[in-house]
Amino acid sequence: MRQMFTVALLELRLGIRSRWVLLSTLTLLFFAVLLVFLGASPTTGLDADPITLLVASLATLSVYLLPLIALLLSFDSIAGEVDRGTLQLLLATPIRRSELLLGKFLGHVSVLAIAVVIGYGLAGGLALAQAEGSVTATSITGLLRLIGSSVLMGAAFVALGLLLSALARQTATAAAMAILTWLLCVVLYDLALLGGLVLAPDGFFAQTLMPYFLLINPADAFRVFNMALLDLGAASTGLVGTEDVLPFPAAAALASPVLATLLVLALCIVRFKRIQP
Amino acid sequence: MSQVLEINRVSHTFGDVRALHDVSFGVARGETLALVGHNGAGKTTLFRLVLGFLPTQCGGISVNGFAPGTRNAQRDVAYLPESVAFPKTLTGEEIVNFYGRLRGCSKQAARDVLDRVGLGDARRRRCGGYSKGMRQRLGLAQALVAAPQLLLLDEPTSGLDPSSRHTFYSLIDEIAATGTAVVLSSHGLNELQNHVQRVAMLSDGHLLACGHLDELLANAGLSLQLLVRGGAIDTETIASRFGGRMRRDGRCEIDCTTAEKLAVVRQLLALDAGLAELEFRAPGLNDLYRHFAAETPMAKQERIT
Repeated sequence: MRQMFTVALLELRLGIRSRWVLLSTLTLLFFAVLLVFLGASPTTGLDADPITLLVASLATLSVYLLPLIALLLSFDSIAGEVDRGTLQLLLATPIRRSELLLGKFLGHVSVLAIAVVIGYGLAGGLALAQAEGSVTATSITGLLRLIGSSVLMGAAFVALGLLLSALARQTATAAAMAILTWLLCVVLYDLALLGGLVLAPDGFFAQTLMPYFLLINPADAFRVFNMALLDLGAASTGLVGTEDVLPFPAAAALASPVLATLLVLALCIVRFKRIQP
Repeated sequence: MSQVLEINRVSHTFGDVRALHDVSFGVARGETLALVGHNGAGKTTLFRLVLGFLPTQCGGISVNGFAPGTRNAQRDVAYLPESVAFPKTLTGEEIVNFYGRLRGCSKQAARDVLDRVGLGDARRRRCGGYSKGMRQRLGLAQALVAAPQLLLLDEPTSGLDPSSRHTFYSLIDEIAATGTAVVLSSHGLNELQNHVQRVAMLSDGHLLACGHLDELLANAGLSLQLLVRGGAIDTETIASRFGGRMRRDGRCEIDCTTAEKLAVVRQLLALDAGLAELEFRAPGLNDLYRHFAAETPMAKQERIT
């Protein structure tokens, strides 16, 4: 256990030194603050409070940004150590391979968590200051829910990045695979689902299967979870409606990133144990 | 003497390629053994087997009585690969401390070992700014932090300038003096000569010879060379009379065995040739390696057929 935390701490330190923490925090903060001001402009004409609007916008933003940040954080983890020759040093020590891998996972998730908490937290504070009292406890809960679920969803993609890194063994290949994975999970998957909807809006797929397909992809499950629990009122887009239209409780959607993380980490450990440095 | 590393009839193949063939030797506490061989001779494969990175296919390896790759073996062995690039943004102390913690050492142990390799003053600097020699000593520090019983160094001096090499070998001498068994591989045969007790010569995965340098030299029966420059009698005449060869530098080279040495010198002096120069050249590790590599064409034959 101690060795695992030693690895996690080093990854966090590397994240701080290489400015990954700063860069990802600033990126999230920039977009979040931008959304606060856009949401505050009178043109929106919506009656939901600023924090709820912010959470709705951030939920959509997170689906694109967080998987990208998570994959970029972790794709180099194993392939890079192989390239630099440091994997041999690590594996010559008495650390278990699973501990080494979990340590790296924890380290990267910590980097991501810091960025999300600071970036979204500050933006939430700004929205709160603008709201002038119209904010309810429910909307604050919505923000906290967003932050927590963002970290969970990010963790699934950190694990995925680690798996790609263990599969590739060369940094350049791992980088290409990470970008492709991002494109697949975040853009192409949704396009495919949308295609299914458009082709047969009243079919079995659109009516029954669709919500479950959303659950398979941790990024979509994250959006379902946050949007379904928001009290958007008139701001509701109708794309992902309220909890009532889902065939399962919204909180169940959170199982998707958790299960995905566990499954991918298990695969990653199996793969990592076969690597001969 | 107790053996820290025992390698017993180890063979290893990668697909059709035979990397090691029936290799056996041992290394005792406080002993430094040099693994000598050209690229692809099987040195690194041997290291990877001892570390447990590769499964032992045939034969037996024990590290202090433990199988390679087990936790007990990992605790006792440390390794410095040929090329390793530490994260540039970390300081020397952070790096050594990290590997030390993985081996259960304190921060103080990391500081002590950095002092020992001469990086005490640079420990708070980021290693991105270290020179090649400093980086290599940092690599040695991470290997030494937990006071291993067996230290494996793969080409530790490649790319170092002569002065850094000298410092590095002095450090290795000190480490061996504390009881650590050291196995190092190198191409630079002559630089090893004064720092290793035993030599194991590998060629195409075969162990050509293994033993104390003096023993190997005696067994090989390599001749000494006398380098002579004539005075009153010219060098070419001396060369023809003693069956020597002329060298480009104008001296002649006369081969003789250790037993014949004094007799030849007496004859040379009896010539009253007014010798301008007389120098002995004893065979070294380079000659020994060439001798053994030439003596066993078996390995090459086996590859062809």
